[in-house]
Amino acid sequence: MSRDLSVKVAGVTFPNPVIAASGTYGFGEDYTPLYPLNRLGGISCKGTTICEKAGNLPPRIAETTAGMLNSVGLQNPGVDVFIGKYLPELKKNGNVIIANLAGATIDDYREAAEKLDATDVDMIELNISCPNVKQGGATWGTTCDGAASVTKAVRAATKKPVMVKLTPNVTSVTEIAKAVEAEGADCISLINTLLGMRIDINTRRPVLHNNVGGFSGPAIFPVAVRMVWQVANAVNIDVVGMGGITTWEDAVEMMMAGAKAVQMGTAIFTDPYSPLKVIDGLEKYMERNNIGSLSEIVGTVQPW
Amino acid sequence: MSYKCSEYKIVGKKTLAENIYSFTVRCPEVAELARCGQFVHILAPGFTLRRPISICGIDREEGTIRFVFVIKGHGTEAIARLNEGDMIDMIAPLGNGFSVQSAPADKRVIVVGGGIGVPPMLETAKNCSKVTAVLGFRSYGNIILADEFRTVCDSVQICTDDGSVGEKGIVTAPLTRELDKGDVGAVFACGPLRMLGAVAELTHRYGVFCEVSLEERMGCGVGACVGCVARIRRGGEEKLLRVCKDGPVFNAEEVLF
Repeated sequence: MSRDLSVKVAGVTFPNPVIAASGTYGFGEDYTPLYPLNRLGGISCKGTTICEKAGNLPPRIAETTAGMLNSVGLQNPGVDVFIGKYLPELKKNGNVIIANLAGATIDDYREAAEKLDATDVDMIELNISCPNVKQGGATWGTTCDGAASVTKAVRAATKKPVMVKLTPNVTSVTEIAKAVEAEGADCISLINTLLGMRIDINTRRPVLHNNVGGFSGPAIFPVAVRMVWQVANAVNIDVVGMGGITTWEDAVEMMMAGAKAVQMGTAIFTDPYSPLKVIDGLEKYMERNNIGSLSEIVGTVQPW
Repeated sequence: MSYKCSEYKIVGKKTLAENIYSFTVRCPEVAELARCGQFVHILAPGFTLRRPISICGIDREEGTIRFVFVIKGHGTEAIARLNEGDMIDMIAPLGNGFSVQSAPADKRVIVVGGGIGVPPMLETAKNCSKVTAVLGFRSYGNIILADEFRTVCDSVQICTDDGSVGEKGIVTAPLTRELDKGDVGAVFACGPLRMLGAVAELTHRYGVFCEVSLEERMGCGVGACVGCVARIRRGGEEKLLRVCKDGPVFNAEEVLF
């Protein structure tokens, strides 16, 4: 018997809780040779900005033990191209689409949010946590005031559900979470990548041209679980968990920590089918344990 | 562009030189789609990121593809430990190959390979009618595939850094002599970036069409993550284009070396 895996996050219904994480799935079109995109719970699109961004010089990728670093630097064609070219394709076949929005200034965020408000994106994810750009990105997400001011501006610019994506590179992630909740965020997603660095011992150069980059993959999973648990206990809005999720067991763990849905990223590079395997594993888990709705397990961890 | 992602059986494994391996994999659906200059993205057991490796041979009748790689680190070492009969997880075929079909039929093609950039030039040479190979290696012990090039090329010029086989020096000297003959319609090249830059400079000077295959640290391999970009001049402006999806083969005139 097939189970109903659907979840509701900030009023938006996802057919299942597994969402492709922003920056790892482009605008979906690169994976259509493998499977229909509507088998995913949703897609959080590549981070978009008010104007086209060229991104950082290569190398942008470095491998680590059980993970990787990236310093792409938000290369994207700009919000108008996203809306005009990619979104119409993505909205076919019932895909639930999250637009991921980044900016250097409050006006950038507001202007792009106004444009997205007039489209049929299902949700806007505010990227205030990109570690790879000098202006904007993480500079907003590392202080309560910065995070609050961007959230406030976007909240005023759109009626779309607003999800704020938080950086783990802060002293207290719960304080930032409370700050964005207070300014009207509908939900929170976390964690973005941890700031990391690798050095080529032969050239004595950092592997990444940007010197430092965002650390993701299975290695960061325990950090993500911890932060999702802390934030889910600190706010009353929905939380979407991400950071190193690779298997269905990881997804269950993240939901027990307090996430209503999950995002997967780096695991897709290792195995493009991994989101489908997680969805399949979740369904079998529900059957085995006679779980009628995944909401039954959200936040059910019993702390010592 | 279509590609597959699956586990396929390794039906042949050979050592070509120290730390250089040749794998033949049975994957009819990939062989059907594959073109010279494309690559396979291989899962190294236990590693997060796949390893992009150029296709060295395509046999549609046998339903196999072949690739040759060098052990560069722990990931390629893990791939090298796989044996005949083992399954290998590949996303393939990926990227744009060499445009062999646009080489003028009445002129010669030169394929240029340097070191581990030599393997993809073998399948490329097979798809050209009048073809000369110019191959560069470090030394005698590093020479690979030379005999196979001799079976598909009209002429094969080998040079080594130390002069232990063929001409001493890099590929530019024999390439210059070939270009001087005035009957070259296209040059296709793969190898170290400095070599490709020198080849591009030469072909530009002689006004000969040239394509080069670039390498870069790669994430997804299919175009989604934008992790593997190269600096390309196109339409009057500099762009960072994806090596995996917009390349790995680029017109040499466009590459900012």
